[in-house]
Amino acid sequence: MTPKKKWYDYLWIVSLTYLILGFFNILFAWLGLLCFFIPLLIAIAKGNKAYCNKYCGRGQLFSLVGGRFRLSRKKDVPKWMKSKYFRYGFLVFFFAMFFLMLWNTWLVFSGAKNLRTAVTLLWTFKLPWHWAYHGTLFSAGVAQFAFGFYSVMLTSTILGFLTMALFKPRSWCVYCPMGTMTQLICKARNAATQQKK
Amino acid sequence: MAKRKAAVSIQECVACGCCMKVCPKNAISIPKGIHANIHRELCIGCGKCAKECPASIISMEVINE
Ligand code: SF4
Ligand code: SF4
Repeated sequence: MTPKKKWYDYLWIVSLTYLILGFFNILFAWLGLLCFFIPLLIAIAKGNKAYCNKYCGRGQLFSLVGGRFRLSRKKDVPKWMKSKYFRYGFLVFFFAMFFLMLWNTWLVFSGAKNLRTAVTLLWTFKLPWHWAYHGTLFSAGVAQFAFGFYSVMLTSTILGFLTMALFKPRSWCVYCPMGTMTQLICKARNAATQQKK
Repeated sequence: MAKRKAAVSIQECVACGCCMKVCPKNAISIPKGIHANIHRELCIGCGKCAKECPASIISMEVINE
């Protein structure tokens, strides 16, 4: 017997749609901010990881492809990958890169730099992505942010699929920066409420 | 008879909830977003959670009764 499916067990469709939309119009990348703010708000307001535990469509996608479609070796992740050093280190690195992306957005927004219609994979490889750019109503910075944010999303998806294939389907969850961050928030929140008692 | 029960290594748990999703008995909860708890009375020792856990930190303990 497997547990009964709930509506939120289908959110992988949303995650997949998001990735596909980015190939057609890069401005859809803005929607990805939801995957940033919803987990944070839940962790801050409710003090739990309901987002990871129930709603995360990306995690569902990995368990579907790695589990149901068997595209995973289902081996244990190496020890260093689940160590606190690596998890916290990756979180710091991820956010450093994120702020660099925001800085680039600002430069384009202020006119100091021209818009680059490229998606950067693994923080290194610049792929031409002009076909998904059809102009923007506001500033070029709006489009630059979309390219930058989509780069972040695509990069993390690729890393996730890589570790899915090599290790267990949802290995990404072990070092997912959002997961690490929401767990830290929950820890801090819990420590604070314990102190009050 | 020896029974098997799941046990989580709390320090290493990332609170992802993969174990929770596969447990046929709803014996797992992650109430504070910090680590998973196994409700031992509900656990039937099927081992599904241990297999699913991406961090591989659930062990099946043998309990002699
Ligand atoms: S061993 Fe089976 S019944 Fe026990 S907690 Fe794990 S999945 Fe649930
Ligand atoms: S699957 Fe493993 S790491 Fe994730 S919550 Fe359960 S015990 Fe913790």
